[in-house]
Amino acid sequence: MSENQITGRVHSLQSLGTVDGPGIRFVVFMQGCNLRCKCCHNPDTWAVDEGVEYTASQLVQKAERYREYFGPDGGITVSGGEPLLQAEFVYELFSLCKDKGINTCLDTSGSVLSDKVEKLLSVTDRVLLDIKYTDDLLYRENAGCDMDVVLKFLSRLNSLKIPTTLRQVIIPGLNDNDGNIDAINKIVSANPCVDKVELLPFKKICQVKYDSMGIEFPFSHIPEPDPEVINNLKEKLCF
Amino acid sequence: MNHENWKNFNSGIWQTEINVRDFIQTNYRQYEGDAQFLSSATDRTRDLMEKVQALFKEESRRGGVLDVDTSVASSLKSYKPGYIDKDNEIIVGLQTDAPLKRGVNPFGGMRMVKQACEAYGYELSAEVEEEFMYRTTHNDGVFRVYTDEMRKARSSHVITGLPDAYGRGRIIGDYRRIALYGIDKLIEEKKKDKANLANDNFNTDSVRLGEELFQQITFLGYLKEMAAMYGFDISQPAANAREAIQWTYFGYLASIKEQNGAAMSLGRVSTFFDIYIERDIAAGILDEEGAQELMDDFVIKLRVARHLRTPEYNELFGGDPMWITEAVGGMGEDGRTLVTKNSFRLLNTLYTLGSSPEPNITILWSKSLPENFKKFCAKVSADTDSIQYENDDLMRPIYGDDYAIACCVSAMKVGKQMQFFGARCNLAKLLLIALNGGYDTTSGIHIGPQMPVMDGDKLDFDSVMERYNTYIEWLSKLYVNTMNVIHYMHDKYAYEKTQMALHDTQVGRFMAFGIAGLSVVADSLSAVKYATVRPVKNEEGYITDFETTGDFPKYGNDDDRVDLIAKDMTHKVITELRKTPTYRNAEHTLSVLTITSNVMYGKNTGATPDGRECGTPFAPGANPMHNREENGALASLNSVAKISYDDCRDGISNTFSITPDALGKTEEDRVNNLVGILDGYFSKMAHHINVNVMNREQLIKAYENPEDYPNLTIRVSGYAVNFCKLSREQQREVISRTFHECI
Repeated sequence: MSENQITGRVHSLQSLGTVDGPGIRFVVFMQGCNLRCKCCHNPDTWAVDEGVEYTASQLVQKAERYREYFGPDGGITVSGGEPLLQAEFVYELFSLCKDKGINTCLDTSGSVLSDKVEKLLSVTDRVLLDIKYTDDLLYRENAGCDMDVVLKFLSRLNSLKIPTTLRQVIIPGLNDNDGNIDAINKIVSANPCVDKVELLPFKKICQVKYDSMGIEFPFSHIPEPDPEVINNLKEKLCF
Repeated sequence: MNHENWKNFNSGIWQTEINVRDFIQTNYRQYEGDAQFLSSATDRTRDLMEKVQALFKEESRRGGVLDVDTSVASSLKSYKPGYIDKDNEIIVGLQTDAPLKRGVNPFGGMRMVKQACEAYGYELSAEVEEEFMYRTTHNDGVFRVYTDEMRKARSSHVITGLPDAYGRGRIIGDYRRIALYGIDKLIEEKKKDKANLANDNFNTDSVRLGEELFQQITFLGYLKEMAAMYGFDISQPAANAREAIQWTYFGYLASIKEQNGAAMSLGRVSTFFDIYIERDIAAGILDEEGAQELMDDFVIKLRVARHLRTPEYNELFGGDPMWITEAVGGMGEDGRTLVTKNSFRLLNTLYTLGSSPEPNITILWSKSLPENFKKFCAKVSADTDSIQYENDDLMRPIYGDDYAIACCVSAMKVGKQMQFFGARCNLAKLLLIALNGGYDTTSGIHIGPQMPVMDGDKLDFDSVMERYNTYIEWLSKLYVNTMNVIHYMHDKYAYEKTQMALHDTQVGRFMAFGIAGLSVVADSLSAVKYATVRPVKNEEGYITDFETTGDFPKYGNDDDRVDLIAKDMTHKVITELRKTPTYRNAEHTLSVLTITSNVMYGKNTGATPDGRECGTPFAPGANPMHNREENGALASLNSVAKISYDDCRDGISNTFSITPDALGKTEEDRVNNLVGILDGYFSKMAHHINVNVMNREQLIKAYENPEDYPNLTIRVSGYAVNFCKLSREQQREVISRTFHECI
């Protein structure tokens, strides 16, 4: 590996990703996150100084081994952690993917906007934007981030016309209400780049991860939502 | 030649010679539409199936065997006609005079028959015992010739599951020939072949063939008589779809009355039947509902087929399987798909009759299959876990477009090729025997080249490989010679007269060897190469355990460093096997397939350098060891896909279990993603995959409350089983396998 090649810190790789973007995808989970969402199911991706270092070309070589499975819709998804913290590296990775004709998808909280991020978006085919809440207070209390930043990020995607999937984890007592869905509908109508909304049930299988790391799972007291509630909320989405 | 029953068929060379493929090619109609046209089960079918379900329940209540007829040795005409519900059956014929009543078949060996009878509370009749007192069985013949070393290889379990005490199976008669030509024509052709032997000098080969032809002709006659007992004259070609299915089934039925081979596969009949069904529908004498009923009734017959086995046999081949394998789909050499509406109807039986391990439905997958068919298969897989997939794009260039699958993964041209089945050798045990200089610590038997126990504080990769290769060379020669004894004797004392009568007289032969423990060996050698492995010796100085420190690449993560060890291992083994000539000049082939015997193989194998503990199960077939995959499902599939089919022409089995959540969020996503996985895997020139879409929790529930899950079907290694019919140990092993989950 040459001196000037930048490397990225990777938490893990998943060769069969079917839930993070369209089709079958090779998913790279980046290490390090700037948020501390209380519902986070991957606390092991938080620390910025851990993970395994890879060069972009090493990862592309791996992704290419799954090209036969991608079909017309699949490709690579970079998730995390927060991939925007390593925007320069992900830009390099996506550029190489574009050269090879591999579809690129970015799974992010949209909490960082910078020149490097702008550059990354120029090689991004789709964004999975994880919009945690539709209320600024909830955002700041439970994710440690201003909602404004995320909305700015989304309007940037909109002006760049990058197809976007809006995703939200439905957490009982916090955002499992009609008001939240109304707000999502408004956000969507203001941003035509959003062509899909996914509501995901809050899950607690991550409790074991928190336990093994010896830290407290802040939402351990919250129950998993009733699937029926999720279905009802889905029906109220304007799609 | 023409025949009135061939009316409205397109003409072709099939009329001048026995050539079912040509008949199919000149007459079938491909179908590229979706599954909308299918009918559901009729009331008649439902009533009949209810009766069958009640019988299954009673069979299970009686410990797995409903009844045994011990009065006579099973053959084509041994029993009166049997029915499930005579007035309501469209396709008829049972192995004995009652459904699920098992016959006794001592031609392969008497000991197993007696043990099996006793195990289920029966006693073999004096008549049968006396009859066989003056007969030599296949088993008698083999043991007259086995050498001391062959016996030792057997009792140490370094070679296991040899077909030396029962029928060898894995032969597929071209049962379709009966429907297309009628028995009389087949007899006439065989008589010609026999007469032609006189044109050359007689030697061992031609004298043997002459006697075999005599037997074939005799049994074709018996087959006609057997059908007549059910009220059918099968001397002439079938006149309609019902007769075509009935005639074909009689051929299969005769074979399972005559032979109790481990795997008694069906072949490739669905598209053949479609031609008759289409003709009847065009003539207005059959409708879609009627067509589905015919297939349903045929499949019910296949679901009640049984052989009498010993409990020890079930430990090897769990779940009471017959491997009634039917190959479906695939592409023709001219680029048209061989998928027809009847391919859909066969799959539809998993809905009309419920999911089931038998028949063993095997989809011949090609990238070029119609998208609608691909999606229907994926849906059936996700719904029923009852079907498997094999790579038509890989096999078609070798076997043409009229091949079928015997047992799980063994391809052969229908009616033109057969195989001598050879079970498998335990490569992981062999590694331990090599390290101990020719001593097997689990059985306490000295076997193979004798030399000092591998010395040194830590194992050195090159020295281990050098020694291992010496033992592979030794075992390969012994293995081929053992098989030569078995198959000489099987031909002599338990020749498959009915099935071989439904083959060309000049037939191609494979000798199918197998290996177990590939992933254990690959990971063990990887540990020796990339980590530090210190052997631990017992007080006698033999290595019985290993201390492995440091990390090492593990098979199943798409890492060439270890995957190529696995690939090279199969190449080494087949190369060594080829050095020893085979009986009847059969072509050497190799499989990486273990059925459910991976549990038993593991039980008989000491601790291995990869960290596997003494006595614990191997992974099945070519699968990576459970829960060593770190990069998800596709990385695991890529590792298996690296094993070359050129080295393993008898098949490379991979069993893949995934949770519904990991396959996609909606049913549509799951179907599309499964199609994507299959397209991708087979583009990598992989050979076979079993697909299970299920949650581990479901299996745990079935393990705890089997009575609540009587029909839970699961793919294991090359076949499907009813989960509840597995032993507790086999069930635990299946539960412990890797389930690719959503993270």
